[in-house]
Amino acid sequence: MAQMMYREAVVSTIAEEMERDPNVVMLGEDIVGGMGTAGGPEAIGGIWSTSVGLFDKFGKERMIDTPISESAIIGAASGLALAGKRPIAELMFADFIGVCLDQIWNQMAKFRYMFGGKTRCPAVLRLVYGAGYNAAAQHSQSVHQILTGMPGLKVVMPSSPADVKGLLRTAIRDDDPVVFLEHKALYGMKGDVPDDPNFTIPFGHARLTRAGEDVTIVSSGLLLGFCEAVADKLAQEGIGCDVIDLRTTSPLDEEAILDSIEVTGRLVVVDEAPPRCGLAADICALAAAKAFSSLKAPPQAVTPPHTPIPFARELESAYLPSTDKIEAAVRKVLGWR
Amino acid sequence: MQLSREALLGAYRRMKVVREFEERLHVEIQTGEIAGFTHLYCGQEAVAVGVCDHLDREDKIISTHRGHGHCLAKGCDVVDMMKEIWGSREGLCKGKGGSMHIADVDVGMLGANGIVGAGAPIAVGAAISAKIDGKGKVSIAFSGDGACNQGTTFEAMNLAVVTQAPCIFVFENNHYSEHTGVDYAVGTANDIASRAEAFGMKVWRADGTDFFAVYETMREVLDHVRAGNGPAAVEFDTERFFGHFEGDPQRYRGKGEVDRIRETRDCLKNFRASVTSAKLLTDEDLDTLDAEVLAEIENAVQAARAAERPTADDVLADVYIAY
Ligand SMILES: Cc1ncc(C[n+]2csc(CCOP(=O)(O)OP(=O)(O)O)c2C)c(N)n1
Repeated sequence: MAQMMYREAVVSTIAEEMERDPNVVMLGEDIVGGMGTAGGPEAIGGIWSTSVGLFDKFGKERMIDTPISESAIIGAASGLALAGKRPIAELMFADFIGVCLDQIWNQMAKFRYMFGGKTRCPAVLRLVYGAGYNAAAQHSQSVHQILTGMPGLKVVMPSSPADVKGLLRTAIRDDDPVVFLEHKALYGMKGDVPDDPNFTIPFGHARLTRAGEDVTIVSSGLLLGFCEAVADKLAQEGIGCDVIDLRTTSPLDEEAILDSIEVTGRLVVVDEAPPRCGLAADICALAAAKAFSSLKAPPQAVTPPHTPIPFARELESAYLPSTDKIEAAVRKVLGWR
Repeated sequence: MQLSREALLGAYRRMKVVREFEERLHVEIQTGEIAGFTHLYCGQEAVAVGVCDHLDREDKIISTHRGHGHCLAKGCDVVDMMKEIWGSREGLCKGKGGSMHIADVDVGMLGANGIVGAGAPIAVGAAISAKIDGKGKVSIAFSGDGACNQGTTFEAMNLAVVTQAPCIFVFENNHYSEHTGVDYAVGTANDIASRAEAFGMKVWRADGTDFFAVYETMREVLDHVRAGNGPAAVEFDTERFFGHFEGDPQRYRGKGEVDRIRETRDCLKNFRASVTSAKLLTDEDLDTLDAEVLAEIENAVQAARAAERPTADDVLADVYIAY
């Protein structure tokens, strides 16, 4: 086991996979950073420092620094994949999928199906998402809600350095398009990461991070930590919470959720995306459809309100689900008749 | 064309406001009081002011993520902008937008923008509207050298030509898009204007650190566009004094590069040198303005600091469909 940061787990995994497989290439804006400048090619290593050192190791054939052209980046990733490479494309902020949505949604996600299964498209899109930096409405969004709704994409949301390692490795080795969502507020998080170069985490397997018999809390990404804090607090009162980290939203580990609800009878889903047509609503619907007879209370969704993300510190913290709101939702399902 | 004493003083003052606004933010940001991402415009003042000095409120501009200079030059209120950057509910956008999304449609400022390349098509729309209204108004799309690589910019240029919209694409080439150099990222041999030319527009090129070059060039461009010749484009060669964003260690820049451009390519310094040596204004004239501007900025910062903070209820203000 090695201690490393979430960010370090990203860069070390990419390095190891590029080492292992010469077909793995990376492309994105400023992933080298400094191309064509007096400061030398590798002055930055990605704006989130998630490609530091890779240019030195792999050179410009495999580390493709691009102009600001998201449609071209994602389209080229598809082309690379269809022609036998394994591209990892990075968007600096997940919000920028707006620029290149067609390339993700109508192209990359649909090739395997539309081409009658004759081709695979092994591309990884690494997107940096989430609030917490007061970066306001165009740089703080959680986009898994949109991408999970698109047939043809696998959607991954790691919440710890170990999960980054195991899930990113799986993503790079996967033969289909995978959207890998890194939460910007988790980059500095430290944790133990297995050294085994073949440590992978399969998609569609949620992780139980706290065990209890009274309430099921389902979450992912940054807010998982909020849920764990609530579970730890309530444990002192003798209230037991199952906290489930989804890890991937597509495929979704329905079984883990339903098995837990069968025991607890109560569900709280905590998600950073807006409330309508989102992950929280989806999982509440799953419970209603498939665990109705186990439920002792209506499932509760804790999400931000249906609004763009505000700038000011006070506004952003009021926007994000807080531990207080999560605790209130847990108490609400517990107090139901 | 000789500018009047008033016009010269006004232009200097506006550039100085942008400069001091930015220099002060650079200092204030270190205190941790200002949240979010801030991209400073310092060094490029001659472009914003040299362009906007020709415009009135009904002409529209659309800006970039580096928007303070464009906002100030187009007439956004200094105090209200400062309050917005501080995240106050008294700010120009009620603390919802912050530095990167300042807008004030009342003065024809259609927004800074967090999405690179998003502005150009919006500017074309505003220009089409101006054409329909037939009052000779124009719309300006400010874009960086990075933004010129975005498909939206290409599509906007073509749409403007097709519709003969009175839109002016102002490319501010400060040689960097974030950390990547223009020599690397712009395939047309570092020549952005030629792209616009390829779409069928008349183009101009000028030194963006020279206020008079910007001002004169813009006069020609505007004469051309206001005469009903459709869209046009202009590329200004300029300099960025600070990092891409506040906190950027700028490792991609050459040693001494910033000192050098501050020494030789400072639009304010060069303006002062040229107007004083031509005996159009004196150092005392300009020093007086400098002092006034510093006081104005100080006042804005104090007002921003003292301004009312937003509360949780404000999150849902201006939400027209709520759940
Ligand atoms: C669609 C999109 N892609 C990437 C970014 C990240 N980003 C913000 S500013 C910037 C560089 C813009 O460069 P340029 O257009 O030259 O303007 P400058 O920063 O030089 O003013 C980038 C890549 C963004 N905000 N939006």
